Amino acid sequence: MITILRKPETHPLTWRLDDVHKSPIWISEYCKKNGYSALKSILKDMNPKDVINLIIDSELKGRGGAGFSTGLKWSLMPKKINNQPRYLLCNADEMEPGTYKDRLLLEKIPHQLLEGIIIAGFAIEASIAYIFLRGEYINAAQNIKRALTEAKNMGYLGKNILGTNFNFNIILHTGAGRYICGEETALINSLEGNRANPRIKPPFPATVGLWGKPTCVNNVETLSNVPAIVLYGAHWYKSISCCSNDRGTKLMGFSGRVNNPGIWEVPFGISARELLEDYAQGMQAGFQLKAWQPGGAGTDFLTVRDLDVKMDFQNITKAGSRFGTGMAMVVDHTINMVSLVLNLERFFSRESCGLCTPCREGLPWIVKLLTSFKNGSATMSDFNILEDLCFQLGPGKTLCAHAPGAIGPLNSAMKLFRSEFKSCINTNDKINNMNLKKNTFELNL
Amino acid sequence: MNILHNKLNHIELRAIQSEKKHYEDVKAVSIEALKIVQRSRGWISDELMREIAEVLCISVSQLEEIATFYSQIYRKPVGRHVIKFCDSVVCYMLGCEHIQSTLETILNIKIGQTTVNNRFTILPISCLGNCDKAPVIMINDATYSNVNTIDIPILLEKYK
Repeated sequence: MITILRKPETHPLTWRLDDVHKSPIWISEYCKKNGYSALKSILKDMNPKDVINLIIDSELKGRGGAGFSTGLKWSLMPKKINNQPRYLLCNADEMEPGTYKDRLLLEKIPHQLLEGIIIAGFAIEASIAYIFLRGEYINAAQNIKRALTEAKNMGYLGKNILGTNFNFNIILHTGAGRYICGEETALINSLEGNRANPRIKPPFPATVGLWGKPTCVNNVETLSNVPAIVLYGAHWYKSISCCSNDRGTKLMGFSGRVNNPGIWEVPFGISARELLEDYAQGMQAGFQLKAWQPGGAGTDFLTVRDLDVKMDFQNITKAGSRFGTGMAMVVDHTINMVSLVLNLERFFSRESCGLCTPCREGLPWIVKLLTSFKNGSATMSDFNILEDLCFQLGPGKTLCAHAPGAIGPLNSAMKLFRSEFKSCINTNDKINNMNLKKNTFELNL
Repeated sequence: MNILHNKLNHIELRAIQSEKKHYEDVKAVSIEALKIVQRSRGWISDELMREIAEVLCISVSQLEEIATFYSQIYRKPVGRHVIKFCDSVVCYMLGCEHIQSTLETILNIKIGQTTVNNRFTILPISCLGNCDKAPVIMINDATYSNVNTIDIPILLEKYK
């Protein structure tokens, strides 16, 4: 096991954790370790605008995968009219295959999240926050419930928090199992008690969100960063990343056939190689690295060539993928890429909400085609249809990012490991190949 | 708990009513109401659908569109213990197919089916967020990590 010396200044999200006991941080320990001091200081000295400006200055980006500026998102909330309700939603519907970062924060440091939510609620002048937690995170639900009771008893939640005129409540809402609920507008629909179909934007949730009211949706990790920024300031936060345009630290991990799969808080800009070799302690004996996904099932594959890339939004994009959730996984040399991509596409096909046609029809089609590749019955025309589908399901052609996320890994696997796909093609099928030549046309766009 | 009866009992009704105060619109309680009833009945029958819809003052078809959309709401009977089998990418790479075939062989059912003695149902599930300890399965509310084929018979013995 590797030992990491965690300090508040360098590991703002995880320094309170104890590697030995691994038990959750309850309120007495949380308060002993600086907990709720950020909330006390904003209630004493700051107004909502100051808090928003502080978060804008810190350049905190959303940790759900898209990387949009959190402060800017908060500032987009319209001016408060009389007593019209405004809502804050904490997105804790973590279902992306390969991703387990929010689970750690929810189960082990629930008060840090609650403090972040209360501060965010104060900043956007909301009076209620909902934590939308995936239904299968049973321990997380128990721990959040206990933390909510503790926080209420201490006067950090409810009416006139700490003697001020700030009233705020947090409600835990658990889901019933659907990946699409993680998309912010689908999450709103699901919370309202509807099918979790994404909504057409605009209007954006900031103006027309939950029950038509101004709503802000933030990820668990994003909100968990807020207390430390309030305590130590924007300048400190910007200084802790290493040579990166992204600020602060990030929970990153490596899973798959590595010696020490896990999750670590590291500065943005750390190289993938350092993460893989020093933290995950390299590939298991007898396994070689073939490909890796930097941030969840919907991110394009990278190869050994890309291991020196810096782990942040800009540099991973430059390398040809997406940073996503930052939770990476390795594919070893024993895995066939066609079978692996089939596994990924089965997941995306099963989880399509079915609202828009390219996604509903295209993803099962991709699964059928990949199955025929795996069975060795695919033809050259199937390969071309697959390529065409990658185009037809691409960005801008569907209501939300589900289908573009699904074809990312497929597209990259077909480019990087073309020979593995081609070797599945049944070359004896001469008639089909001849017809293909006659019927093929190129799209010149 | 009143398993045979198709009327909601007062415990379920009270639990549903107390959820209502958390939301601006009562429809938001639908998913939780289905979960409350399913907890004691195992699944949601047509009669129970009508009962819940009535309590929430929404149409049965409105409730049906939710019940059929979410994977953790069961509209058909399931076994006493539900095994949620994670087939996501990291579990796949670490051999979840062996876990699947072991489960299927021991219980003599395929994924999606229930054993003849009504003890187990196996269902697929999206990533359970334990990829550093893959392969993972969940039985009822308990998550089991680093599962291997040898452990499975012992694990299943715990659920009688």
